[in-house]
Amino acid sequence: MPTAMRRIDQIVREHRFFAGLTDADVDLISGCARNVAFAAGDYLCREGQPADRFFLLRHGRVALEIAAPGHGALTFQTLAEGEIVGVSWLVAPYRWQHDARALEPTRAIAMDAKCLRGKCDADHDLGYEMMQRFVPLLVQRLHATVLQALDIYGDAHKS
Amino acid sequence: MPMSDPMLPQVVRVLRRRRELPEVWTLEIEPASDAAADAPNFEPGQFNMLTAFGVGEVPISYSGDPQRSQRWVHTIRAVGAVSTALTRLRAGDVLGVRGPFGSAWPLAAAEGRDVLVVAGGLGLAPLRPAIYRLLAQRRRYGRVTLLYGTRSPDDILFRRELERWRRRLDVDVQVTVDHAVGDWHGHVGVVPALIARADFDPARTSALVCGPEVMMRFTLAALRTAGVAETAIHLSMERNMKCAVGLCGHCQFGPTLVCRDGAVYRSDLLAPYLPIREL
Amino acid sequence: MNPPADADVSPAVLTVDGFQCLIDELQRRGYRVIGPTVADGAIVYDDLASVDALPRGVGDAQDAGRYRLTRRDDEALFGYAVGPHSWKRFLNPPRLKLWSSRREGDGVRVEPAPEPRQPLAFIGVRGCELRAIAIQDRVFLGGRYVDRPYDVRRRGAFIVAVSCGTAGGTCFCTSMGSGPRAQGDFDLALTEIVDAGEHHFVVEVGSDAGREIMAQLPSRDATSADCRQAERIVAATAASMGRSLPAEGVRELLLDNLDHPRWDQVAERCLSCANCTMVCPTCFCSSVEDSSDLASEETARERRWDSCFTTDFAYLHGGSVRATTRARYRQWMTHKLATWIDQFGSSGCVGCGRCITWCPVGIDITEEVRAIAAAPARTGGSDHADGHAQD
Repeated sequence: MPTAMRRIDQIVREHRFFAGLTDADVDLISGCARNVAFAAGDYLCREGQPADRFFLLRHGRVALEIAAPGHGALTFQTLAEGEIVGVSWLVAPYRWQHDARALEPTRAIAMDAKCLRGKCDADHDLGYEMMQRFVPLLVQRLHATVLQALDIYGDAHKS
Repeated sequence: MPMSDPMLPQVVRVLRRRRELPEVWTLEIEPASDAAADAPNFEPGQFNMLTAFGVGEVPISYSGDPQRSQRWVHTIRAVGAVSTALTRLRAGDVLGVRGPFGSAWPLAAAEGRDVLVVAGGLGLAPLRPAIYRLLAQRRRYGRVTLLYGTRSPDDILFRRELERWRRRLDVDVQVTVDHAVGDWHGHVGVVPALIARADFDPARTSALVCGPEVMMRFTLAALRTAGVAETAIHLSMERNMKCAVGLCGHCQFGPTLVCRDGAVYRSDLLAPYLPIREL
Repeated sequence: MNPPADADVSPAVLTVDGFQCLIDELQRRGYRVIGPTVADGAIVYDDLASVDALPRGVGDAQDAGRYRLTRRDDEALFGYAVGPHSWKRFLNPPRLKLWSSRREGDGVRVEPAPEPRQPLAFIGVRGCELRAIAIQDRVFLGGRYVDRPYDVRRRGAFIVAVSCGTAGGTCFCTSMGSGPRAQGDFDLALTEIVDAGEHHFVVEVGSDAGREIMAQLPSRDATSADCRQAERIVAATAASMGRSLPAEGVRELLLDNLDHPRWDQVAERCLSCANCTMVCPTCFCSSVEDSSDLASEETARERRWDSCFTTDFAYLHGGSVRATTRARYRQWMTHKLATWIDQFGSSGCVGCGRCITWCPVGIDITEEVRAIAAAPARTGGSDHADGHAQD
């Protein structure tokens, strides 16, 4: 089967975020998944809009930005292949708190958040599998945020 | 046992001074006269004590190429009276130098292994001699990766050199900044986050880490998560130093003296003490 | 100091007059003779012209935070324990010029500071102080780099040790194995006997230099009764010591308890005054200061004693690594009793008690160790659940 025509469940199965899921779970999740592509400069999401999707990056790079008056867009994180864009879909009121912009041609799996939340609600085992994948990511980002907030590079090394 | 008085500085001249960043300068100086002129006369990771006469003395790591033994290179941020005086020296001016002192990056032990160099901020300077050596002896090592993080695109040290290394096909160079605006197209995020993305075999990787202590602690955690053995991770520590030869007591860190037992340490020797406050 | 070539140098007995001859002989040989004398209400170490400068008939009363000279009811020359001074002030002076530089044309010339011409002779070095000198020897001479100023002073020094006939109020040398008997690297070791009208010294020879000097002094061979009497005096001193430190396990205890609540408690009392480090006979920390004349033609670097209790001791990037008194006291005590072992192969404590006596608020290092030993709590909380909390 040519690559372009690969079925979405195959693409989902290959993404490292879903490694270890049972075939049944992959089938279930794939029902919420779509294959998407963005050109450089395209926005994956915009601040304030409903967080009805999240993205598993397959190729390319994405910048998470917040616009500040007088400063333009401030990038606080860039994400690459294998990583996830978007956590706002996990908790109410499900709205994006930042922009996400493709820095280069980017391909991703877009997960329908409402669909996935519904499946997790119906099947808590699946929900647990999902949480096990999301929580480490959230903790990692929290740690990274701490380090960024400390602004540690003001100090000289070997002064 | 060295017979000369280790407290006496040798008088050498500045050969060249270059501005790296608004407050950061690189000095190229003559090596101490008793150092070998035609062979490497310091090891990557070691440091000198540099004296601005009448002002004082500070420890500064070598930041130059160990193969270029005719000149010793130091990169200095002007923060205090002494470092500011040093960064104001011009070609032909004299300064005092003692050393080399301290331990070295374990480059021989890393032969045959993947090498992950993780630098934060000005911590790239003490690692640069190791990078020169790795690239000069590229075939002796597996995958070589340099992960560098700093505050913003304007704070990137040795930018031209980083760009040159990035163009090489035999080394993976990733630069990340904490915050960026405008036309920055590189990574944004902290340097430990790059570790998860880097391509290395944790079972046969040696990691060399230098940067602010908090950055090193986070990096250590990320390296552990990635599966790199504690004994294969090396950190360069920094403490107040006066004598550099283990006789003044200033640079104690736990059971060690940074000037004598470091500045480069195997991380398992430091791990129990790193989280202790005000040690 | 080499041990005497032939092993059977038998002890001798020296009278008080003979003691004067010892000082004379040392001076004749060019030594700068230094020993205990009374100044400012304390026993200090200073240049000695004659035996009359020694604190004859003087005793002391010491306790935590307390030091008073007393009048003995005999004429003993060494009837007191150690005072605020120790020999480190002569082997590693409190202020010492390391070098000077002078501008010459467009260059600079660095000149090492001149070395002292006179060798030192120390009179009245106690057992704990012999141990302290041995410890500083390892710091300054035993590593990869040798401290030249210390080396020059130490090499030529002649040591007249004295075993202690009285335990000081804060002494704990018996538990540290460093006293009260003078043992180790000395040239001559004396035990003073003041008893029923007798007043003399039983002298043990510890080196060739010591034997040479003894040969010049009016003395007689010691009898076995003399030696037994000397032994009894030292044993009585050992038995009258009121404090102690555990011989083993202190290093592990302290390093396992770096976050013990006791550090907070001691920090509430500690004034961070640095007295303990100044009087400690092994504390060696120093700092350097550069100076120049107004025209910057001449500059110099001076070394001075420093203390881990000063705020700028651990200065790094605009702040102190150890900003709190808790951290500074912990640094001092864990260095002295624990990490010194890692760094220099032995404890840094000799049991002399000076840090207890001269602490203005009477903090007692032996009591601090006991308090932590009584309720050890591992870092990470007092709950002994297995495993540590993750970050």
